Amino acid sequence: MRDLIGEALKGHDADYVEIHFEESQATSFVYRGQRLEEISRARSIGGNVRALVKGSWGFVSFNQLDGLKEKVAVAVKEAKLASREPFKLFRTEPVADTVESQLKKDATTIPLATKKELLDSYNDIMLSSPKIQSTRINYRDMKRRTTFANSEGSYIEQIKTDLTARLTAIAREDNEIQQAGLSLGSNGEFSVVEGLDEKARGIARRAAALLSAPQVKAGEYTVILDPVLAGVFAHEAFGHLSESDHVYQNENLRQIMVLGKRFGGKHLNIVDDPTMPSLRGSYKYDDEGTPARKAYLIREGVLEGRLHSRETAAKMGETATGNARAINYHFPPIVRMSNTLIEPGSISFEQMLGDIEEGVYVKDWYGGTTSLEMFTFSAGEAYMIRRGKLAELLRPVVLTGNVFTTLENIDAIGDDLEMNQGGGCGKAGQYPLPVSDGSPHIRIRHCVVGGR
Amino acid sequence: MQQNLSLEVLRSARRKAEEAEVFSASARATTVQFEANELKQVQSRESSSIALRIFREGKIGSAIASGGGGWEALVDMAVETSQFGGPANFQFPSFHDHSKVRIFDPKVEKIAMERIVEIGKELIAKVKGHTGDILCDVQITKGTSSVSLINSQGGEGGYDKSFFSLGLEGILVRDTDILWVEDSESSCRSDLIGIDELADRVIWQLEMARKKATVPTKLLPIIFTPHGVASALLSPLVLAFNGKAVVEGASPLKDKLREQVFDKKLSLWDDATVAYGVGSYPFDDEGVPSQRLPLVVNGVVTSFLYDLQTAALAGTKSTGNGRRAGGGFPSPAISSLVLEKGEMSFQVMVKDMKEGLIVEEVMGAEQGNILGGDFGGNVLLGYKVENGEIVGRVKDTMIAGNVYQVLKELPGIGQEARWVGGTLRTPPLYCSGVSVTTKGN
Repeated sequence: MRDLIGEALKGHDADYVEIHFEESQATSFVYRGQRLEEISRARSIGGNVRALVKGSWGFVSFNQLDGLKEKVAVAVKEAKLASREPFKLFRTEPVADTVESQLKKDATTIPLATKKELLDSYNDIMLSSPKIQSTRINYRDMKRRTTFANSEGSYIEQIKTDLTARLTAIAREDNEIQQAGLSLGSNGEFSVVEGLDEKARGIARRAAALLSAPQVKAGEYTVILDPVLAGVFAHEAFGHLSESDHVYQNENLRQIMVLGKRFGGKHLNIVDDPTMPSLRGSYKYDDEGTPARKAYLIREGVLEGRLHSRETAAKMGETATGNARAINYHFPPIVRMSNTLIEPGSISFEQMLGDIEEGVYVKDWYGGTTSLEMFTFSAGEAYMIRRGKLAELLRPVVLTGNVFTTLENIDAIGDDLEMNQGGGCGKAGQYPLPVSDGSPHIRIRHCVVGGR
Repeated sequence: MQQNLSLEVLRSARRKAEEAEVFSASARATTVQFEANELKQVQSRESSSIALRIFREGKIGSAIASGGGGWEALVDMAVETSQFGGPANFQFPSFHDHSKVRIFDPKVEKIAMERIVEIGKELIAKVKGHTGDILCDVQITKGTSSVSLINSQGGEGGYDKSFFSLGLEGILVRDTDILWVEDSESSCRSDLIGIDELADRVIWQLEMARKKATVPTKLLPIIFTPHGVASALLSPLVLAFNGKAVVEGASPLKDKLREQVFDKKLSLWDDATVAYGVGSYPFDDEGVPSQRLPLVVNGVVTSFLYDLQTAALAGTKSTGNGRRAGGGFPSPAISSLVLEKGEMSFQVMVKDMKEGLIVEEVMGAEQGNILGGDFGGNVLLGYKVENGEIVGRVKDTMIAGNVYQVLKELPGIGQEARWVGGTLRTPPLYCSGVSVTTKGN
């Protein structure tokens, strides 16, 4: 393989060429109510070639591995169709390395029967709860063996594993339908889906309770976000804005995102860190072969850095951060997050609650998205806060706001950091990318909460 | 070659299973991508996959392989999963001849890359001609795909499909105000896509968003443009008409067949036979012939979407909606949705509103309890109407509602329908009493 790639990387007239190969296998389960609706195994083999000629890219992805040299030629020819301003990629040292995955209990090696027994048991727990009409369980684990090589002499082999699961309970009474769920994930470690009996019971209870829960009255509130939702906020609201491919060719956005600008109070620190051990967004090298590193996006309230590929770093005169990632071999690497978090402060949850006359406590992730300036995300669980105490359960709420004013409006950051590994990130058709996010509890003043 | 491979997989599967089905798909596509008004990247993709489904000892097993070589393991993987699979409660269809649905245009493949580059430049030039400092990302894709299906009941078929798509996303940043405008079109025929029309729609968005306006927090009438219908209202409906949600009792429509649920003016079809529609096909991914299926007729719910397995559970027949996302396991899904046009012009709708909103795009509309019919989110692009005039773009505004309440009585359905993104054809919908929440009120 290595010789084949080496040969293909010779004798072209591009400024830069890289080759990715990938072999993957996946197992998935889908439950719908009592039925195990789908149990499937998949294997995939493929690769791609990316070429840079005078500032423009050509990209070819394929399933058939033969004729690699011709594929390089096609990518080079494609790149020549375009005509952007030439540039040089941010310089990184060529790397030769092999990265193995180190798991205590690798999900991809657990027998199907064991997985099924476990998922069956959670499904039974939820289905036997009062008012539960149906359930959903989605489980997927996968192992990818990737090879990266480029014309500068890098050659990196990595093994990557990933696991995602979601349990959902659907409650029904007359025409009213409500659901509650739990999203989980890991770097392939199976233990994350073990011992969830109590959680499964809780989901079912919450779905049933939502049937008679009131809807929040829409308006502006002081809200407390739990670590899961605050992590999603960090990811959606600020993480995406820190992806340099949104910024590097947009003069106006560059001015908004100028380094050194103040975005929040001194207590606010947001980082993206692929070097944290054993999380879904952890890796040693990104998909351009750049070593991963921790990047402060906001330090003490001030914009300190952003996420880069080799192209965006070069064009903005900054340093490549190792954030160029592709979901699989069908796609070129683009600037993405890894593990994104708000660093913990010193305020306890009780202190945060203490001086709220009327507010909303929002927990758990349901979804989130951003248009850079505006963000919106929804909580899986919400409670009213009255006179400093948690009060009644509410129907799911949606929060929205302007990123810049909302960051300023964070007035308390908790002392209880937790990382959330459920879900996945989508951008430019590449979904779901394994990432994680996290935060302690945070409090935001004047946040718009939607309802009816 | 693919054909022989399918046969080979079928034969080897039949040695271990009572019944088998082999679905193979391949696609080639080239995408030209402009970023910030400039041609950044040309990308070509080739992919192929083979999916095997078997009935073994009365249970279903399945596996999928993409890429060179992986198919040898298919039979073993399918046998492995069949030990835990659900009961084989249906039979594969012994299909052969199907009505010809037009979905292939040989001209698409022959469009020169240089021409595609020109189209992108023309489009950007036109939009920039209106707003000089806009930055446009444009994607143009041409491609072909082929599908072949054989099963142990003697069913056999295959088809080729072409596709062409054009999409533009523009971003305009002033101070910390960010405006997004967007439109896209796709078809099996490149000459059915109007470059000028697409540019004109984006320019209209820019024109309407030129000024800013504010709305109060209260219940307001809303006109959903075709884009807005796709963005805000579609997901809950697609979910509710899915036979799977109906069978398990999670669809709000489960007991509503032949009942008046929506406004009398509203009729909705799932139409897999639209000529050159990107959602069209002669037979679905399980070999069931495609059709024009009425979902709602004059507000009355008339059918749901089924694949073979779900239909068997419901005690009915497949509607030809068994689709495989990414080539994998079949599941009921829409082909193209067609919402019939009504009698009110867009201008009359606007004139009719004393105070209201026009919604083009909602961000996060799929985050709520969409199974229960809820929709809502941040209005990414929408305009305020005052006394019958569009006065400007709204910001920091959320809408929330429930499709079963909002579509029960509609003040009006638009008389001009158009395709949005290639798989929905809809007119604007004029709705009343939608909750609007805004900051600072």
